[in-house]
Amino acid sequence: MIPAGFEYHRPTDVASAIEILKTHGDEARVVAGGHSLIPMMKLRMADLAHLIDLQDIASLKGIEIGADSVSIGAMVTQHELITHAGLHEALPIMREAALQIADPQVRYVGTVGGNVANGDPGNDMPGLMQCLDATYVIEGAEGTRRVKARDFYQSAYFTDREEDEILTRIEIARLPAETGHAYEKQKRKIGDYATAACGALVTMQGGTCTAASVAMTNLSDTPVWSEEAGAALVGTSCGPDAVAAAVAACLEAINPTEDNRGPVEFKRHVAGVIIRRAIERAVSRA
Amino acid sequence: MKDAVDTPEERSAGLKGMGCARKRVEDVRFTQGKGNYVDDIKLDGMLFGDFVRSPYAHARVVSINAEAALALPGVVAVLTAADLAPLGLHWMPTLAGDKQMVLADGKVLFQGQEVAYVIAEDRYIAADAVELVEVEYEELPVVVDPFKALEPDAPVLREDIAGKMEGAHGPRRHNNHIFTWEQGDKDATEAVLAEADVVAEEMIYYHRTHPCPLETCGCVASMDKVTGKLTLWGTFQAPHAVRTVAALISGIAEHNIRVISPDIGGGFGNKVGVYPGYVCSIVGSIVTGKPVKWIEDRMENLMSTAFARDYWMQGKIAATKEGKITGLWCHTTADHGGFDACADPTKFPAGFMNICTGSYDIPVAYLAVDGVYTNKAPGGVAYRCSFRVTEAAYFIERMIEVLAIKLNMDAAELRRINFIKADQFPYQSALGWEYDSGDYHTAWDKALKAVDYEGLRAEQAQRVEEFKAGKTRKLMGIGLTHFTEIVGAGPVKNCDILGLGMFDSCEIRIHPTGSAIARLGTISQGQGHATTFAQIIASEIGIPADDITLEEGDTDTAPYGLGTYGSRSTPVAGAATAMAARKIRAKAQMIAAYLLEVHDDDVEFDIDRFVVKGAPERFKTMKEIAFAAYNQAIPGLEPGLEAVSYYDPPNMTYPFGAYICVADVDVDTGEVGIRSFYALDDCGTRINPMIIEGQVHGGLTEALAIALGQEIAYDDMGNVKTGTLMDFFLPTAWETPNYTTDHTVTPSPHHPIGAKGVGESPNVGGVPAFSNAVHDAFRPFGLTQSHMPHDHWRVWKTANKLGLHG
Repeated sequence: MIPAGFEYHRPTDVASAIEILKTHGDEARVVAGGHSLIPMMKLRMADLAHLIDLQDIASLKGIEIGADSVSIGAMVTQHELITHAGLHEALPIMREAALQIADPQVRYVGTVGGNVANGDPGNDMPGLMQCLDATYVIEGAEGTRRVKARDFYQSAYFTDREEDEILTRIEIARLPAETGHAYEKQKRKIGDYATAACGALVTMQGGTCTAASVAMTNLSDTPVWSEEAGAALVGTSCGPDAVAAAVAACLEAINPTEDNRGPVEFKRHVAGVIIRRAIERAVSRA
Repeated sequence: MKDAVDTPEERSAGLKGMGCARKRVEDVRFTQGKGNYVDDIKLDGMLFGDFVRSPYAHARVVSINAEAALALPGVVAVLTAADLAPLGLHWMPTLAGDKQMVLADGKVLFQGQEVAYVIAEDRYIAADAVELVEVEYEELPVVVDPFKALEPDAPVLREDIAGKMEGAHGPRRHNNHIFTWEQGDKDATEAVLAEADVVAEEMIYYHRTHPCPLETCGCVASMDKVTGKLTLWGTFQAPHAVRTVAALISGIAEHNIRVISPDIGGGFGNKVGVYPGYVCSIVGSIVTGKPVKWIEDRMENLMSTAFARDYWMQGKIAATKEGKITGLWCHTTADHGGFDACADPTKFPAGFMNICTGSYDIPVAYLAVDGVYTNKAPGGVAYRCSFRVTEAAYFIERMIEVLAIKLNMDAAELRRINFIKADQFPYQSALGWEYDSGDYHTAWDKALKAVDYEGLRAEQAQRVEEFKAGKTRKLMGIGLTHFTEIVGAGPVKNCDILGLGMFDSCEIRIHPTGSAIARLGTISQGQGHATTFAQIIASEIGIPADDITLEEGDTDTAPYGLGTYGSRSTPVAGAATAMAARKIRAKAQMIAAYLLEVHDDDVEFDIDRFVVKGAPERFKTMKEIAFAAYNQAIPGLEPGLEAVSYYDPPNMTYPFGAYICVADVDVDTGEVGIRSFYALDDCGTRINPMIIEGQVHGGLTEALAIALGQEIAYDDMGNVKTGTLMDFFLPTAWETPNYTTDHTVTPSPHHPIGAKGVGESPNVGGVPAFSNAVHDAFRPFGLTQSHMPHDHWRVWKTANKLGLHG
């Protein structure tokens, strides 16, 4: 559990970090909270010569609450997501989800940027960002570009981000006031990845669903956002039949694999329960 | 003078003796981060050792090439079996009469086995060098199933003893067979089974798990070539035994070996045995002339140092149709891994598994245990239990439930009608033990009343109706357990480890000003010995516990003892402490009589002083007596006030308890929520109620982990699937339910203070209570037995098989 030797860099601006990335190519990686990368290095499954620590880059920090949208710096910790009053008011699902990530010690250090950029299907934030239809701001030598969270994930640990790019901020549009939210997660214990997890946002106006978004975590090699699930709810009163149709749509979209948490048959069953609970709770809050 | 005006109650309270919820004196340093653990030890020029371990569970080692590793700057040496062979140290004896490879000698038998030992100037270089050692393996067929291991054409795992049909514990009938251990009357038991009204039969599996102490195993070996003295600091639960064993296998004279157990961060049996890391570090220090440190990482600890349990227990229990048990039969297949390194007293290759008649008056019983080699890590230690007692308790407490199902009886009532009665003690069990004391009916009735057992059953019945009506998806389970332990090994006449008798010891020295130091042959790993043993002395001698220093773990200063495991510290060393204290009190009585100018028989002990009988105003305090002992010439008495006692207990002690767990089981997600847990413990005389409560809370949390998810699981290739804390369930505060503790007090009749030991009861009794709760939830739907651990998917699978998913 001791990593191989590496050189440690600690730039103070994004341009310098990108420059180091360009210089060393795939020999270099950026580290945010380090909760995924450092264990991989200790297990010697990630072998890299240059580690670029982003914690001194001020532009990657801070949560900005705008009238229409929210901007979250990549280096914002899970703890900050939980304790930021303005964020809680604007997007209450953020706190609910972040509280289900690991334990307080991890959340003091773990960052939202690291969580979404790593491409680990077990991480909770990617599914949540797809649910929220977030946009990732990505900076590289060629400039800045924006990618939808729903378009970002390709397969486990493979994303739309190039090796010499850094995910710097996350932008999320604010939701209508009549939106109910829920993030449901089943795990074996504190600190575990989900057996199944689901985020749901449901907007109800006059007893009818006008918008709905459902996304899932750790049920495929990427997060899964089900457009069909949302469509099954919109225009209905979100009664049992509509919810069942939405759950069915979600189950169509997932592809869980067997691991120590259990076989596929079990995971699909649990996913159905968790997705239903998330949708029902979101509806109850709308 | 203050002593004259304090009331007896005030004087007694000031001692903080037995019965006082005295705060743990150890916690001042632990809570300030000022403990001194093995890895805190730093010596000049110290080198670091690290292992090259086998990625395969069964393979021939074709070649080892250490050239690249040795070429790395800072690497001092790379040891292999070939280097240890000339010293005769490439193999080492195990505690169970077998031998174990220190470094792979031609082949490996489990994943994670030690293959080569790298010594470098720091642990980072050592870790880099491990990567550079090239080992060529030739894979061999892997056997992870103990039943398959005994099939005629199974691969031979232990080629070193192939064809040797006599083992340390009698005949072997197969190359992968280690021993058969039989207890009780086979013919009589089988006759009872053949004629019984009712026989319930079931396979009860207690899965492989691991003690997983917070601090992993490690040591620092330092050979001083000038003095010829070896000092060995390590995570040892039995430092004196380690010294003797080290002397026997290394050839270094015992007086030239000093073993020190510093602060230990939990042991739970994991730190009883001798590991290759210790041997390699000692050799490394001798070879290099420098101190060598070796500290396991978490994965190494889970993968290679001692596991616990892994017993397949086939049971048959016979009863009358009214529920009176008439006989018990058990055949256990014990998976010992690649080497038999179980930590058991020599004459007990399956530990005290023959306590498996439990709390019940069973007239006839038979037990056979077959030990088997497989391609798994060696071990088989008592994880927070006396030797195999938790397996025995789980077995009988499951069999009682299985019998209750067969009889369609309430399991609480079935227990009640079969308990050994209070007037039957001392009770001779069918499998050979003499239970010293107990009052099971009183404890059981108190427990059932405390939880409103009738009310819980009514609620459960209602829940079943609601479930059937589709109103809930959660079932309710009531987990009952009445366990009896056998702890405090033990009488030297039948208990030894590698020939070392299992007595224990205490030496007490009273200082001239009336404070004291006591040293014991045991070693605390979190049990709070420095707190509780001082309380025994305080009550026995009458000097405040706060004025007593307690030391353990240094073999150069502490009296010889066999260490701390199997709940033996209080029953054995605690008894030695009381006996040593009484020797001091006897001398103090003579001194007091001299000072008071009366006959020895005319003074009597009174809390913290000796008083003249009938004249309580005439007394000498222990403080005064201590000063006189050193500074006043007393005719016929040597100066000084100290004593040592080596205590060989006449019998084991038999703590017992009644535990009741209430759980809500979600049939869809498989989640088990613990709603309440009531634990009544009878550990005899209670020394420190707060420490008892802490022990019970900790042990129950380990029991929760074991019952609900903690396991060392292997795939068919012998790969460890649960080698990190991501998959090995170690509960946090979040997963830990609230516990309600309670007690009855049935003192041990043969122990000087009547104490029995408590540290392990909650693990022994907790596992069946949690497991029975899960089983009980499904009983109305036809479940008889489902194996632990009851993790989400296994519980879900049970519900699925019972058709509860519609």
